[in-house]
Amino acid sequence: MDKRSVFKSVWLPILFAAPQMLLVFLFFYWPAVAVLRWAFTLEPPFGGNAEFVGFANFVEVLTNPLYWNSVMVSVIFALAGTLTTIFIGLVLALAADRQLPGSGLFRFLYILPYAIAGPAAGMAFRFILSPERGIAASLNAMWPDFWNPAKYGSHALIFVIIIFAWKWAGYTFIFLFAGLQSVPKALTEAAAMDGSGPIRRAIDIQVPLLAPTLFFLLVIMMTEGFVGADTFGIVHRTTNGGPNHATEVMVFGIVNEAFQGLNYSGAAAQSIILIGLIMVFTFIQFRFVERRVHYK
Amino acid sequence: MKTSVLSSTVAGLMMAASFGAAPAFAEKTKFEFWYGLSGDLGERVQDMCKKFNESQSDFEIACTSQGDYATNLQNTIAAYRAKKQPAITQIYDVGTLDLMLSKAYVPARKLMEDNGYKIDWANYFPGIANYYATSTGEMNSFPFNSSTAMFYYNVDAFQKAGIDFKPDTWEQVEEAARKLKAAGYECPLGFNFDSWAIMEQFSAIHNQPIATKGNGYEGLDADIVVNKTKFVDHLKFFKRMADEKLFVVKTKQLGMDVVPAFTSQTCQMMSTSIADHGTVGKTLPEGVKWDVAMLPVWKGTERHNSLVGGASLWVMDGRPAAEYKGAAAFLNFIATPEMTEWWSTVTGYIPVTKTGFEAMKASGFYDKPMYKGRERAIESLSFTPPSENTRGIRLGGFTQVRKDTATALEAIFMQNADVQSELDKLAERSNANLRRFEKTYEGAKLN
Repeated sequence: MDKRSVFKSVWLPILFAAPQMLLVFLFFYWPAVAVLRWAFTLEPPFGGNAEFVGFANFVEVLTNPLYWNSVMVSVIFALAGTLTTIFIGLVLALAADRQLPGSGLFRFLYILPYAIAGPAAGMAFRFILSPERGIAASLNAMWPDFWNPAKYGSHALIFVIIIFAWKWAGYTFIFLFAGLQSVPKALTEAAAMDGSGPIRRAIDIQVPLLAPTLFFLLVIMMTEGFVGADTFGIVHRTTNGGPNHATEVMVFGIVNEAFQGLNYSGAAAQSIILIGLIMVFTFIQFRFVERRVHYK
Repeated sequence: MKTSVLSSTVAGLMMAASFGAAPAFAEKTKFEFWYGLSGDLGERVQDMCKKFNESQSDFEIACTSQGDYATNLQNTIAAYRAKKQPAITQIYDVGTLDLMLSKAYVPARKLMEDNGYKIDWANYFPGIANYYATSTGEMNSFPFNSSTAMFYYNVDAFQKAGIDFKPDTWEQVEEAARKLKAAGYECPLGFNFDSWAIMEQFSAIHNQPIATKGNGYEGLDADIVVNKTKFVDHLKFFKRMADEKLFVVKTKQLGMDVVPAFTSQTCQMMSTSIADHGTVGKTLPEGVKWDVAMLPVWKGTERHNSLVGGASLWVMDGRPAAEYKGAAAFLNFIATPEMTEWWSTVTGYIPVTKTGFEAMKASGFYDKPMYKGRERAIESLSFTPPSENTRGIRLGGFTQVRKDTATALEAIFMQNADVQSELDKLAERSNANLRRFEKTYEGAKLN
């Protein structure tokens, strides 16, 4: 016989949940329904009669090669951004966890970039990594076009990924550092006494024990890379989607379509496809990656 | 305890009621004005609002910057949908059609007539008025901050390179560029991927259509045709010049935009708005001689008027009648000759009315060294009476066309793409957008 404490009343729990439900309804479901309606009509910007057009908006989006380009760019950005961010965060966390002199200061410094807004970081990096000024200018003087994100799409994509990683590495660092604190010291000490170095200990003991944290960060960072406000902010402030669509991530495309082109319906259709894609990605992560994660 | 709370509440309510019932002084009518300028220009708008509030005691205008033009349009739309629109909003040139079809505004003429103001509509320069008027000439909004593109050049550099002519034609620009290069200047002419100066103004002054149907004035079924006009050859010329490093790309992404490139004397020629005249004068080191000219034309072409840029003021529908009185008073106030001159002096935007311009000329404004050359913007705007191709651009979602033009230029100049095929792609993409716009407003009539 288990002892279970159950609320007898039906209304009390609903009452407690009500404020939260109201917020979710107001800020999530309501807009979502509006977006759904727009996606199947041609919505005039100032309102008025919107004609029902069925799946025409979706067909238009899905047959546009530039849209598929933006999907590819987004996938590369999210994957590369996530992996770089987690890798840097992990290396920094492992280093800071060793309690060497100055660890406290570095711990503070590593978290700092996370406090800076994406667009602000983008603005700063636009100067730091600009091909004709800044540090890259001297490299370009020796080897012309060694670094030119205004010319080469690949450079531009690396450019925005660097800014994303610079900012979000601090975030993954916090979680991984906290995770490392809960790895039993006895394990690492025993391994050290058996003669394994810091790298060996990290690979064999610490990283496997961090698996749940790593998985959590994978899901969060992938979502952030796809739809995060920073993704838009960084691209908007640096490359503006260019050169020639090379850094046009999906969120940038949506904002552009809606607020520059005033094509609310096309943007709504793109949003719905994006939501679908994120659901697929999250499903894949939980279905195939989480199996390899051991929580205990 | 309970009674005391109750009684104090009642007392409070009564006090509030008595204030409401017997106001000590006549309440001012408050109304809102949203605009899309920031920084120095944004502060000048605030000054203007303050001047209006101090000039009379019936109305109070509250002016709010929304950042930039596109954001202001966006916020105006959002506010209108939520029925919280400002009485007056500033909409940029290419947003004109979006407003015209919205049915969300009070036409300029109606507003002024309803509120008893007599406006001489013929007093506006036709080149400016036509951009904001229906195809029959009825004005919907008030031209506010107006500019046009001009050609800036560094006179000192010209002299050092031994150039003894003004760059009036593109042939001369090429010759000047070669001489500057030979004299050791790394960047004879700087340019960026701004569709307004490179494509739109070029098309107007060479009397080339940007789109069919009189650039969209005669119907929503217009097609973009910049891939079939003189613009193609012009762009090929630009490409040749860029390949020879006579014309140099200067963008924010590369580290320096055209205006800073000119004011730091990195580049010796550029095309940009007359609104930058003040900045250029203030930023160039003292003693450096420079000048502005009308945009060059190709030899043998008949020059036409250039297009007005900037924004106009729209009065939004659905506000209380009292606010419209205030809005009309404000619009009348800023159109007075004194305000026109003040606004042009502190910003660099051009006066929009003939009397305003004449008054400024008479007062010797254009003879002052720091404002010299600004009158050429008026000359450029009113060079010929507007033709079918130089009235303006009336195309839906034109901001997107500008973005796509910038992308095409990026592909051509940064990635060596073919001029003709990029322009074909641009036309194709833009036309797809125009067709969707047409369908969104199916059955809507222009005018």
